[in-house]
Amino acid sequence: MWFKSKSFKGGVHPPENKAFSDNKVIEKLPLPERVVIPLAQHIGAPAEPIVSVGDEVKTGQKIGQSKGFVSVPCHASISGIVKKIEPRPHPVGGDVLAIEIEGDGNDIMSQDFDFNPDYMVQSVDEMKENILEAGIAGMGGATFPTHVKLSPPPDKTIDTLILNGAECEPFLTSDARLMIEFPKEIIEGLRILMKILNCKRGYIAIEKNKPNAISLFHKLINDSKQSDINVVGLKVKYPQGAEKQLIKAIVNRNVPAGGLPMDVGCLVQNVGTAKAVYDAISKKLPLIERVVTVTGKGIKEPKNVLARIGTPFQQVIDFCGGLTDDAAKIINGGPMMGIAQFDLEVPVIKGTSGIVILNTKQAILPQPQPCISCARCVDSCPMGLMPNYLATLVENQKFEQAKEFNIKDCIECGSCSYVCPSKIRHVHLFKFGKMHVAKMMKPAA
Amino acid sequence: MEPKFYVSSSPHITDNESIPKIMYGVMLSLIPATAGAIYFFGIRAGWIILLSIVSAMATEGILQKLMKKSVTIKDGSAMVTGILLAFNLPAEVPWWIPVIGSVFAIGIGKIPFGGLGYNPMNPALLGRAFLLASWPTHLTIFKTIPRGGTISGIDVITNATPLNVFKIAKASILAEQVQDYDVAIRQLYDSYSNLFVGRVGGCLGETSALLLLIGALYLIYKRYISLKVPVSYILTVALLSWIFGGTEGFFSGDPLFHVLAGGLILGAFFMATDMVTSPVTAKGRIIFGIGCGVITVIIRLVGGYPEGVSYSILLMNLTVPLINRYTRPKVFGEVKRS
Repeated sequence: MWFKSKSFKGGVHPPENKAFSDNKVIEKLPLPERVVIPLAQHIGAPAEPIVSVGDEVKTGQKIGQSKGFVSVPCHASISGIVKKIEPRPHPVGGDVLAIEIEGDGNDIMSQDFDFNPDYMVQSVDEMKENILEAGIAGMGGATFPTHVKLSPPPDKTIDTLILNGAECEPFLTSDARLMIEFPKEIIEGLRILMKILNCKRGYIAIEKNKPNAISLFHKLINDSKQSDINVVGLKVKYPQGAEKQLIKAIVNRNVPAGGLPMDVGCLVQNVGTAKAVYDAISKKLPLIERVVTVTGKGIKEPKNVLARIGTPFQQVIDFCGGLTDDAAKIINGGPMMGIAQFDLEVPVIKGTSGIVILNTKQAILPQPQPCISCARCVDSCPMGLMPNYLATLVENQKFEQAKEFNIKDCIECGSCSYVCPSKIRHVHLFKFGKMHVAKMMKPAA
Repeated sequence: MEPKFYVSSSPHITDNESIPKIMYGVMLSLIPATAGAIYFFGIRAGWIILLSIVSAMATEGILQKLMKKSVTIKDGSAMVTGILLAFNLPAEVPWWIPVIGSVFAIGIGKIPFGGLGYNPMNPALLGRAFLLASWPTHLTIFKTIPRGGTISGIDVITNATPLNVFKIAKASILAEQVQDYDVAIRQLYDSYSNLFVGRVGGCLGETSALLLLIGALYLIYKRYISLKVPVSYILTVALLSWIFGGTEGFFSGDPLFHVLAGGLILGAFFMATDMVTSPVTAKGRIIFGIGCGVITVIIRLVGGYPEGVSYSILLMNLTVPLINRYTRPKVFGEVKRS
């Protein structure tokens, strides 16, 4: 069945631009001299620092304690001395309390992190605890705490677990490389997740522009006769990797508007998260490094690097030959949903799937023109919204009506802005509108 | 300070489409029909089209200058309006007709509403409607015989467009007057090839279905128009004129004649599909097309004018906000409200 192209309604076809880096083997970034570890690298309550300035820390040591259920701890990614604990620029925006560690260059581990071959015998609760303690948050970019996703309320059963290797964002190849270089670890990660949820069916979903990864997984799964795991080749279309669209494509279920995948018995995890889960369960290794694609016309040598969490962008960029003369826009994540940076001091965080660097020509977006009702946005919206109307409503601050037109269902995928011939900045407006709608709804609740 | 980086909200890339690209694409698609107009009706047709384009652009430019707005004549939309207006005029109109038409189309139909994107009705059609109401004689006399001949046997009538002949002939037959008109109608029905190629009397750009369809294919290929509007429009006209359009009771009409005669092909592919004034939803486009078709047939068969394409599109333009509102697409995963 894997050769059948599966997809969803709407979507766009931006140039893939993966050739910059899709054949580059993951390279280990040299140990950074210092790291900046934000205490909020996930959705939910920020972690609380449990070290003080001047403390000595070791690699893998917990330095931030999770606070509340929807929160994850964070760990020192190098060994050294805690220099500062203060708000620092965060790649997702604003200043966030962060712990700066000056490295001693020795990378002394806080414990052995030895491989335990009997990792599968752990109880489900033990596994969940280990995932929480490893500080794992969704590594596709949304950074939702993984242990929360793995604890559905008792009335929801998850029968389908989908590993998301779609990587539909242009430019990015970190998931693609991870799948080619660590397929066994990813499958084991999937097994662990399936065990935790007592889930009978697993899918590994990959866009068809990664045929090597598809055939590799296909072979591994066939060879080991794991008939409960399917490898699915997806049509190359953005946003194929969006949770709801992915579920629609694979098991043809519609996640209700405002609902979660678990409402239709599904759970989606990024392939990188699966690898991190495997490390956490089999070695008790916390999430202290991740694969980052450094790519685009603005970087001299595009690469896929394995970077410690907290490494400043500048160092990652220097490792890749530095910026070209016309580098003009630095994006944390992909070009469709990523966030533009104004400072290269921001650190790599758990959700940094890539650093995309655009040149001047690409960076200057054309001035928006009036909407000509061409309906390209309506046709491309994967959520079935009317972006043209919503944009007008938000522009005129008609937030009540924007809510009526389901602005809250917008996933900010950017398809509407991408196809707009008038170059209207829909997503910008929608982010603003959603903020107001959320404010509006608060007093009522 | 050292130059830093550009920041903006996502997405950070866009595709290559733009308003000028779309407008120049539409213009390109109108070239075959323009060439046809000049071939069939002589070089005068070319001058009318040119005059119409120039006055449309000048009106837009001057008004925007006066209002101290940025001048947008380069985006091509005024040019398209100019061409389409000229396409809706007979070959022998005096020179000031296209000028006034364009001034009205842009100066009343477009700029006062806020320019491109805000006009509720198709400016070119609005210009034509104004001209038709003000100088009906200039707009309804088709004296120039197209190169390659017209439909034979109908020279008796001066206002020799196929639909005109049809209207008069049908009325005469129904009133049981001169039997010769029977022949006229049969001749009309036998003249598909003339109608298809464009060797008939009519407005400059409307006569040749063949050349218009070549242009329409390009627009469809570029995805500048959705097939939903023209297809639902043309099918509705075909169906209704088959049922009600004949002289021998129901189902005696000739659908192909009604599709090819008059301005239906031009209207359905190039004017009803105008992005600004047509619905944005898939369902809405079909409703819009059907609505245009129904009004067209009503005007053609029972109205005072022989042709109803332009009025039908204008009327349906006004329903677009309503259509959009009631045909909102289904939101992904929307739960039925109980």
